[in-house]
Amino acid sequence: MWIYEKKLQYPVRVYSTNPALAQMIIEQFGGADGELSAGIRYLTQRWTMPTNQAKAILTDIGTEELAHWEIIGTIVWKLVKDATIDQIKGTPFEAHYVNHGKSPYPHDASGVPWTAAFINSKGDPIADLHENMAAEQKARATYEWLINVSDDPGVIDALRFLREREIVHFQRFGEALRIVQEELDRKKYY
Amino acid sequence: MSREQKQLLLEIMQYSFALVETNLYLDTHPYDERALKLHNSYSQKYNELLSLYEAKYGPLRYTQMSGCPWAYINDPWPWEIDFDVI
Repeated sequence: MWIYEKKLQYPVRVYSTNPALAQMIIEQFGGADGELSAGIRYLTQRWTMPTNQAKAILTDIGTEELAHWEIIGTIVWKLVKDATIDQIKGTPFEAHYVNHGKSPYPHDASGVPWTAAFINSKGDPIADLHENMAAEQKARATYEWLINVSDDPGVIDALRFLREREIVHFQRFGEALRIVQEELDRKKYY
Repeated sequence: MSREQKQLLLEIMQYSFALVETNLYLDTHPYDERALKLHNSYSQKYNELLSLYEAKYGPLRYTQMSGCPWAYINDPWPWEIDFDVI
C-alpha cells in the first residue's frame, strides 16, 4: 500500500506567470517519457521480478516517480494559477484551458492524452529492466530540452533536480539488471 | 505558514530526500555497512524532526495523532507553499 506524506520531495519555486511554459512542462506530467508513465511502468513490472533487489528498486523508484509527478503538477499550477485570460489567449495553453481550465491534465505538450500504450510490462525481467534504463535516458533528454526552453530560474532549478534523479535511477536499474542476470545465470544447470 | 514552520518542513524534506537516496542505494547494495550507517543516522534524525513538527503543526501523515479538529487537512497543502519567501 501507499501512505501520503504531506510534503513535496523538492521545494518548488516559481517566480513568473507563464502559461506557454506550463504547456511545455506538462510533457512530463502526461507524456510518453513523463513521470506518470515512469511510475505506472515500474510499479506494474514488480510482480514478475525474480530477485528481492529488483522488487525493491521497482517499488521504490516507482514510488519516487509519483512524487516527481506531484512536483511537475505543482510547477504547472504555479505557472498558471495567477494568469489572466489575456495572458492565456494566443498561447499554446489556450487549448488546454478550454477543456481543463487551470487544472493540470495528463497529456503531453501537444495535447495527446496519456495512455497505457506509452509503457510496457513484458513479464520478462531482462526486457523490462532494459526498457526502464532507456526510459530514464529519454526522460533525462526531455528535461534537457525543457531546461533549454525555460526562462524562470525557479522552474529551471526544479527541472535540474528532476534531471539528476533520472541519472541516479538509470544507475540503480543498471545494478538491478546485473543482479538479475547473475541470478538467472546461477539457475542454469547443464 | 510561519517562517519557523517552513524552515522545519524544509529540514524534514532534506532528511527525507537523503533517505530516498540511501534507500535506493541499499536496495542494490544491501550489505554496504557504510551506507547502512548513514541511512540509520538519517532515519533517526528524520523521525525526531517529524515528531517535533507533527506535535507543533499537525500530522503530515494520516497515521499520526491530532487534536480536535483533525489538523491533517489544514492548509497550506504541498503545492500551495511559497518556498521562495522564507
